[in-house]
Amino acid sequence: MNGSVRMAGTADQIFVLVKQWLMGYVPGALQPLASAVLSVVPVLLVFPLLFAITTVLERKGLGRIQNRYGPNRAGFFGILQPMADGIKSLTKEDIIPRSADHLVHLLAPLLLVVASFLVYAVLPIGRNMVIANLNAGVLFFFAIGSMVELAVFMAGWSSRSKYSLLGAMRAIAQMISYEMPLVLSAVVVIMAAGSLSTVTIVTMQATYTGIWPHWYVFTPWGLMGFVLFMIAATAESNRSPFDLPEGESEIIAGYYIEYSGFKFALFFLGEYLGMFATSAMAITLFLGGWAAPFSFLTWIPSYIWFFVKLLALIMAFIWVRGTLPRLRMDQLMNFAWKFMLPMSLVNILCAGVWHFMAAGFVRWVVVAVLVAGTCYLLSQRLKRGKRVAVRTYRFAS
Amino acid sequence: MTVTFLILAGVTIVGMAAAMSLRNLVHCVLSLTLGLVGLAGLFLELDAQFVGFTQILVYVGAVAILAMFAVMMTRGAAQQQESRPTSVRISGVLIAGGVFLVLAWAMCHGLMTLGAPVQPEAEVKQIGVALMRSYVLPLEVIGLLLTAALIGAGVIAMEEKRGAR
Repeated sequence: MNGSVRMAGTADQIFVLVKQWLMGYVPGALQPLASAVLSVVPVLLVFPLLFAITTVLERKGLGRIQNRYGPNRAGFFGILQPMADGIKSLTKEDIIPRSADHLVHLLAPLLLVVASFLVYAVLPIGRNMVIANLNAGVLFFFAIGSMVELAVFMAGWSSRSKYSLLGAMRAIAQMISYEMPLVLSAVVVIMAAGSLSTVTIVTMQATYTGIWPHWYVFTPWGLMGFVLFMIAATAESNRSPFDLPEGESEIIAGYYIEYSGFKFALFFLGEYLGMFATSAMAITLFLGGWAAPFSFLTWIPSYIWFFVKLLALIMAFIWVRGTLPRLRMDQLMNFAWKFMLPMSLVNILCAGVWHFMAAGFVRWVVVAVLVAGTCYLLSQRLKRGKRVAVRTYRFAS
Repeated sequence: MTVTFLILAGVTIVGMAAAMSLRNLVHCVLSLTLGLVGLAGLFLELDAQFVGFTQILVYVGAVAILAMFAVMMTRGAAQQQESRPTSVRISGVLIAGGVFLVLAWAMCHGLMTLGAPVQPEAEVKQIGVALMRSYVLPLEVIGLLLTAALIGAGVIAMEEKRGAR
């Protein structure tokens, strides 16, 4: 590790060096504990802070898209809005419905936030900056991510409210349907990298041909995998256009309608942390993790690249939320089982073809035709029997 | 026996015991999940990362949710008030005790004959190679069986819909 630290430059490794310097003051017996604390605390600080910033950015961005200002009263340009929101949710009364299952009602938001934080253990934020480099890191990510479903169910069931239960049912049906394409679209990267370790996957992508990086998104199967992964990630984090579980106009707030005060804020935090985590996973798997996009930009520290990519994906999420209308339940299910799942399976096949063909132009053409052709055929099947036309708005135009 | 082992074993046993003794079915499923998480922790403590994470992915992510759905779709989470007759209870205790004795005997016997435990190698790669090389036929057969079960479940669900019309 020391060799790679020296090679990469001081600015890049500043946090690793600071940690090593601090560890020098810790007595030997406490070293493992101190090391864990020094790795975990920054993650526990940075990502909630990013959550606070994102709430402002999202409300501002949505406001811009919808021709209004967004928050602009608290502080300069509304930058202190998260502080105000935090104080508000901390001082609000914590209401628990009388017929609710008190213990499960309390445990649900805690489980959600704990599971959302746990997945950050395997995400490489920069060079040599990962809490735990597990052999089966990607598997760990998906395993812990699946705990979120349980938390959602606990919240919906324990509230003893029909809206909660309906929201939880919708959420779980959606999460189970989209979990499969999520995992299967990540399989292509695992096949290409030959490893389940997130650190190895990023290191494999951090090499260059000329000035161009070897990111997996720059292959036909990688591009399709990335698109499928992001769609499934949007559905997993219950964001628009897949926000049926909490569709305000239909079931008010879904599974967390009976939560108030800080528990509600915890649900919000968990949801956004989940979104960041899946975005970070998409970056790790397809967008080269902390690697710079061009070989002449490697002097910029790796963690800055990671957060630039993360913010770009968050912007995309906000953009999609401001642009697309909500799907209907049958459209959601049809899309998951008739497009996403077969497409991700064919994508795995394409990655296999890519692996066994000799490198060169022919491989590119064959795999690209396979991926694009399947995509076209599946979308035609999905469209069959439906009248599709551009909708005209009587008053808007 | 380390402290982690004791904690994880305690979590597993308490979860499983609660799963059998609680009244509310949803609580039972939740405590069963707790027990299964404890079991996954035990796997992880033995350095079997793949098995441990698969345990969480399959049992917590899928089986627990499925059990929840089954409970809610069939009779709801209504509390069961009826108490079982004493003969059923006694036979249940006898059977459970018998199974425990057989398992305990097998385990103690096995430990004695094995001698010192050897650290088994269970890297993800080795499991993958074993599944794809030596055990590819059983894997495919299981895949076929599960696909058949999936189609069967779909057919059953469809038939019910047609009959209702």
